[in-house]
Amino acid sequence: MSSVLRKAAVVSIPSVRQALTRSNPILATSLLAKRSYNSKNGVEMTVRDALNSALEEEMQADDKVYLMGEEVGQYNGAYKVSKGLLDKFGPKRVIDTPITESGFCGLAVGSAFAGLKPVCEFMTWNFAMQAIDQIVNSAAKTHYMSGGNVTCPITFRGPNGAASGVAAQHSQCFAAWYGSVPGLKVVSPWNSEDAKGLLKAAIRDPNPVVVLENELMYGVSFPMSEAALSKDFVVEIGKAKIEKEGSDITIVAHSRSVGFALEAAQLLEKEGICKAEVINLRSIRPLDIDTIIKSVKKTNRLVTVEGGWPQYGVGSEICAQIMESEAFDHLDAPVVRITGADIPTPYAQNLETLAFPDTDVISRVIKRTLQQKIGAK
Amino acid sequence: MFSRISARAVARAVPSQSIKAIPALATSAKSFSTSALAKDSSKKKERVKVHFPGALDSHFSQVLEIREKMEPIDTFRIMDTDGKVLDPSLEPQVTEEFATKIYKDMLTLNVMDLILYEAQRQGRISFYMTNAGEEAYIGSAAALELEDEIFGQYREAGTLLYRGFTLDQFMNQCYSNDMDLGKGRQMPVHYGSKAHHFQTISSPLATQLPQAAGAAYAIKRSGRKNCVMCYFGEGAASEGDFHAALNIAATTSCPVIYFCRNNGFAISTPANEQYKGDGIASRGVGYGMHTIRVDGNDVWAVYKATQEARKIAVEQHKPVLIEAMTYRVGHHSTSDDSSAYRSKKEVEDWKRYDNPMVRMRKWLESKGWWDEAKENAHKSTQRTAVLKSFAAAEKRKKPAVSEMFNDVYDKLTPNLLEQKKELEEMIRKYPEHYDTSNYIKEK
Repeated sequence: MSSVLRKAAVVSIPSVRQALTRSNPILATSLLAKRSYNSKNGVEMTVRDALNSALEEEMQADDKVYLMGEEVGQYNGAYKVSKGLLDKFGPKRVIDTPITESGFCGLAVGSAFAGLKPVCEFMTWNFAMQAIDQIVNSAAKTHYMSGGNVTCPITFRGPNGAASGVAAQHSQCFAAWYGSVPGLKVVSPWNSEDAKGLLKAAIRDPNPVVVLENELMYGVSFPMSEAALSKDFVVEIGKAKIEKEGSDITIVAHSRSVGFALEAAQLLEKEGICKAEVINLRSIRPLDIDTIIKSVKKTNRLVTVEGGWPQYGVGSEICAQIMESEAFDHLDAPVVRITGADIPTPYAQNLETLAFPDTDVISRVIKRTLQQKIGAK
Repeated sequence: MFSRISARAVARAVPSQSIKAIPALATSAKSFSTSALAKDSSKKKERVKVHFPGALDSHFSQVLEIREKMEPIDTFRIMDTDGKVLDPSLEPQVTEEFATKIYKDMLTLNVMDLILYEAQRQGRISFYMTNAGEEAYIGSAAALELEDEIFGQYREAGTLLYRGFTLDQFMNQCYSNDMDLGKGRQMPVHYGSKAHHFQTISSPLATQLPQAAGAAYAIKRSGRKNCVMCYFGEGAASEGDFHAALNIAATTSCPVIYFCRNNGFAISTPANEQYKGDGIASRGVGYGMHTIRVDGNDVWAVYKATQEARKIAVEQHKPVLIEAMTYRVGHHSTSDDSSAYRSKKEVEDWKRYDNPMVRMRKWLESKGWWDEAKENAHKSTQRTAVLKSFAAAEKRKKPAVSEMFNDVYDKLTPNLLEQKKELEEMIRKYPEHYDTSNYIKEK
């Protein structure tokens, strides 16, 4: 049975999410779980289950695909993303590893060179730093450096960025780091459709792909279209999605920030301040700058939102590329970047909340930037 | 009040008291204590097994054992330094063709190294690394099947040569010309060949070790009766990846042979500064792995060790560690001058007293399969062949400029297409600033 479906009970309410995020992911799931399949109403699925479906479907379709990582098998996954897979596919396809990121990542890379299609799970992307040489120097560069003779059809995945109450070494966002590496493709899903479609696309892609999930999104439910439930549903890597159309300002975000951006857009429209267009990047590399350019030509204003650090970040790259493009002449105000605070993530909950942008911050910044015009003081 | 000290504690200033050297065995061994205190108790009481999940085969003991080392692992050799087989039962049962091929390839490798080293010195290629002093590793290649994947470090070109990589192919890579299989994207000696099952060399040290385990895992999954051969130096064995790899190869049961060329130096760092234990072999047992130490200058010992290791890997799907003791006669690379950290005399002594080429040659001569005339003839033919390849490779043009954008991904992404177009436009518009005469024409 591929998908576990949830009736639309509690969806994306910040307070409930906040309350659940500190607790055990299993508890979160069970609290939200009302296991009923209803084909008449919209079908809902959590991001976690969407990822689980993607893994199961791809492993079913191609026996070269296999999953490896810490706790992925017997424990059903540190965040239960790989639940049930060991039972379905056995220990040759779902491998529990010793604690050695450089070891199992290197092993996965080598097996990809030799023709298998590994999905290498990092418990969080923070731990992947111990294996970053294998990801960058080997997986990303080998196709090029071998003259096209050696391929590396590997998928790296795991939770990235903000979590809750786990302090700096578990909360860093790596979108900018991996996004800068030629040879890698990097995707950052927001909702369940993104998660399923992008993970499936990543596994099918013959290039090494980095999938940056988000732990806080795992338990969140989203409606799934008929198409998204199909076994062949993929989301094209390198294409952004316009989640909400608007005319006054463009908000570009990825991952969890997309949710906040949409809430901010709703709020601003209700208050009669502006109609914002919200773009969900979906892919960090290749970056779909064309969609952003087209939007900026329409709205004349741009705001980027990300959880990562400001310096050399995703927003910085968008600013640079917009400035280099024809969209520059269409800007009525400088592009504004909304990012995580330039500090290692604090542990204290009140400080941690202040360290990442949310609906409130986005709305305030947009209200402020709408007052501005280039050249005016 | 004394603190509980684990049996793995290494003796520091305190001299170990109740320690007798314990034979290092892969399976459980009874420990013998010579301490007078423990004599009575150990004689009469039965040994009680430890049941902790992590203790495997240990037994409880009232002897506080502070072990500094295990018995050093012996180094297996078949021939002495004069090429004489020491134990007649180990006389290699091989054909003349098989044996002379190995030696001929050692000679060819030597000749090629000399010429390419000089080429770098003359500024004709940018970089080179020789195999001087370690040629006997070719014996390990002789024990493999062609479909056994090789993951090398950088000083194993002889294995590629043994498998049939041509002189032209070596030169083309070093010259980064249009015939280079790597399309001119790597430094010299970073060879790679799918046809020869030789994984493209990667510069960061030891990263190939966990990858080799992975490739071995893929072979195991496929059902093929092959293994992976992974070479590295004793310096690279200090890297984290070495430890991660051996542990995961053992726990995941991968058919991989880890072959350590312990040549005594990591650029200028001597082996006795690289590690404090009994070489690299002592670590294998620690990771639960079959381990062999051989005389790396003895072709037949290296050959036999690899044969046995391959059997274990292929039939039992278990990894094996081979440590081949040898001596790096040449400099680390063309960027190194080893006279800065060792005497020329030391190098000359090694060349004179324990030379893998000489040992093999003398063995061949004792069988009547080689002589002075053959030696000179082969050296001369190979020298001519190398120079011919060399000259041809030097004349060839570089790969087409547009190749620069290929293979970053399987297909060019939008930004790469854009950059490619931009460059083409620049070259077209300002040909006087972009001299492309040295590159082959675009298709």
